[in-house]
Amino acid sequence: MAGGIEATRATGSGWRLRPPPGPSPRSRTRLGRAVRRNLTAYGFLCGALFCFAVFAWYPMVREFILAFQRTNLIDPPEWVGFENFRTVIEDPAFGQAWLNTITFTLLALLCGYAVPFVVALILNELRHARAYLRFVVYLPVMLPPIVTVLLFRWLLDPGPGLFNQILDFLHLPPLAWLDSADTALISLVLVSTWMNMGTATLIYLAALQNIPAELYEAAELDGAGVLGRIRHVTIPQTRLILLLMLMLQIVATMQVFIEPYMLTGGGPENATVTVAYLMYQYAFVYGGNYGAGGALGMMLMIVLLAFAAVQLRLTRDDKS
Amino acid sequence: MPNLTLDRPSAPATGEHAPRRRPRRRPRRIETRVRTIISPHQLNSPRGRRIYWAVLVTVVVLFTLVFVFPLYWMVTGAMKTGDEIARMPPTLFPAEPTFDAFAEAWELFDIGLLLRNTTFYALGGWLFTMAVDVTAAFALSKLRPMFGNVILGAMLATLMIPPMVVLIPTYLTIVDVPLFGWHLLNTPWALWFPAAANGFNIFLLKRFFDSIPRELLEAAAIDGAGPVRMLWSIVMPVSRPILGVVSIFTIVNSYRDFVLPLLVLPDSDKMTISVGLSQTAGAVSQNAIMGGLVIASVPAIVVFFVFQRHIMAGLTAGSLKG
Repeated sequence: MAGGIEATRATGSGWRLRPPPGPSPRSRTRLGRAVRRNLTAYGFLCGALFCFAVFAWYPMVREFILAFQRTNLIDPPEWVGFENFRTVIEDPAFGQAWLNTITFTLLALLCGYAVPFVVALILNELRHARAYLRFVVYLPVMLPPIVTVLLFRWLLDPGPGLFNQILDFLHLPPLAWLDSADTALISLVLVSTWMNMGTATLIYLAALQNIPAELYEAAELDGAGVLGRIRHVTIPQTRLILLLMLMLQIVATMQVFIEPYMLTGGGPENATVTVAYLMYQYAFVYGGNYGAGGALGMMLMIVLLAFAAVQLRLTRDDKS
Repeated sequence: MPNLTLDRPSAPATGEHAPRRRPRRRPRRIETRVRTIISPHQLNSPRGRRIYWAVLVTVVVLFTLVFVFPLYWMVTGAMKTGDEIARMPPTLFPAEPTFDAFAEAWELFDIGLLLRNTTFYALGGWLFTMAVDVTAAFALSKLRPMFGNVILGAMLATLMIPPMVVLIPTYLTIVDVPLFGWHLLNTPWALWFPAAANGFNIFLLKRFFDSIPRELLEAAAIDGAGPVRMLWSIVMPVSRPILGVVSIFTIVNSYRDFVLPLLVLPDSDKMTISVGLSQTAGAVSQNAIMGGLVIASVPAIVVFFVFQRHIMAGLTAGSLKG
């Protein structure tokens, strides 16, 4: 730009031929242009800003307000301090719900985190039927969850259900599955894993395909066996994605709802009440106690945000 | 990889001894163009090959049993009669296949209406989401307004909070939208507005738009194109792959969605298929339920079959960059 100004000065008469290059008019148009560009940009953004503000950001804030108010949709909300938290904590199902949620998350991590990785490792080694296997493993993810859940309600039926019939065929004692406090939660984990593991498997598979072959060759030359190669090449190379998926899995399983809602209704003996399910019950089953639900939601949100913070920390350390 | 094309040195020798049988018995080399954990050499050693085929067969059988058999059971369950479906031990094939359960399910669940509703919500939500998210991502990527990064950050931050956690405040907002005073219960907007507030869409679109060279847009600007024209005639046609991915995910998600429609569309003539199935399932016979489930799965499976490449590409597109 400076060169341009000098050039016009040098020719002298260039002042008339070119638009005035002086500093003040130029900056005025730049300011004008900036204002216009911002106006247009915000014009383009306004739809999204509205949707996000009203249906994403505001509910997040409202959760915190809700937790300290008594809300019933008829009277104006009233501040009640920590009363909602007291209600929630004194509920005998509260401790059980957290315990169940944590157990569910851990079990689901065991199944939903380790299994897809191992499956992806094996799939990546196979040279045949890859398209079929990928299709099949992701198929349950595509089905509406309600289909999976209603289907498994039948399969897990202690009487004519497929699972017990298979056990019977193998001369094994039948299980009560959803009807017993001992097996109900693990049954939910099974269903949940069946319908969700496709996503993780395909993501791992894509990550595995990105590992350069030279690394394996080098490891092999250094005398690493198959397990050594997995430990020293595969896992370090997929570390970031493994961390990311860990976070996503935790976030996803902390909010289990449809499985207990459709399969067990929280029972038997509160064995499958999760925090999200309890929250739903407060708000929409026990006569609209939105405040108590909000208090639970707020706790859940804080836990998730803590996880997110840890996650960010870990990935940042990884990059530096 | 020089050993790729090298034949095993023993091959000609054994070929001479049994010229007829040998070539057939010898299995084909396992493809090793892409190297993975197992080295090509290991894989094609006699032992490696045996293990490979054993693992392959096991995996295929296991996957079919685990993932396909339940669906087979669902379909055949729907084709059994009421007596047969409750029989112990169960029959592997329906003795006298009938399609009555499908007709019964169609009528009892009112599936025609449910599918019509769901299609309407899905397509309307798709149009609205695309309109909102594409324009927003374009503005954030190419027009770069002040505080653009702050807005983007706030949009992406919503991804950390799953919708279930803010279910109650979202519901209350839909019941009575603050400032505007709208009551969106039982209207399609109760699904469309929250669906459009999707940080992941914005992220995917913006990242793709960022890769469109600036010169392309500058050239258009010199030709006198305004921002609307730039978006419509240049950015959108170039971005067809990502638009496809976002479209499919939006439609699939709205088809799969359960909790929010359960709460905000309670009227029986406004329900989505998932909610309709869940509400009526208690009052219907087992084979009719299976019939309903099969009907509800067909659109999902067809979409997956047709668009599987896009779906799998989209799945990895967002997550790999992380």
